Amino acid sequence: MKLLYFAWVRQNVGKSEEDLALPADVSTLRDLARHLRTRGPGYAEAFADLARLRAAANQVHVGFDTQLSDGDEIAFFPPVTGG
Amino acid sequence: MKTRIVIQPEPFDLAREVEALPRAGAVASFIGHVRAEDGLTSLVLEHYPGMTEREIARHVQDARRRWPLLGVTIIHRIGELKPGDPIVLVAVAAQHRAEAFAACEFLMDHVKTKATFWKQERRGAGTAWVEAKASDDKAAERWK
Repeated sequence: MKLLYFAWVRQNVGKSEEDLALPADVSTLRDLARHLRTRGPGYAEAFADLARLRAAANQVHVGFDTQLSDGDEIAFFPPVTGG
Repeated sequence: MKTRIVIQPEPFDLAREVEALPRAGAVASFIGHVRAEDGLTSLVLEHYPGMTEREIARHVQDARRRWPLLGVTIIHRIGELKPGDPIVLVAVAAQHRAEAFAACEFLMDHVKTKATFWKQERRGAGTAWVEAKASDDKAAERWK
């Protein structure tokens, strides 16, 4: 699975992307966020409050209850602020 | 229908973009500029390459289902922009002004709330991520 981070999520995590094998105890985006929280202080801060985060699966906006598959491209980011 | 969606650091040329759209009766265009808010020295924009273009294209398709459009051009800038710089262009060609105006506003509302851009403000040495506004979500909600 490919993970992408944008804006302050990227800054907190300290990288813009990484590859991750889908962990056995992760089936939804919410599970994945919970898993990522355990990977270090920057991750813990980035994923502390899911209400402040949005996500995309394979470049489509999705909710945190979305089921994951191993080949997915998953992105985490704050609410968008373009225009 | 002619669709042009571009994400670029460079400025855009309104006259040239409007010239390139079909002349079938009406063109409505919107340009957003970086507001000169207190002490703002620049805005830095990043985006999600690939998703941004796909997301905008999806809303152009949605607009086409709602109105008989003949051409749409959307250009959004990224990188570092100064107060007063143009940041986004939405231009819509149709046969009549009502659909051109409506589609232009519809597209702009969705670029604001769905297209994957993020703005960081720079004030001197300080930086801060811009927070999304509930009023922008409300503006997009009214099209549902």
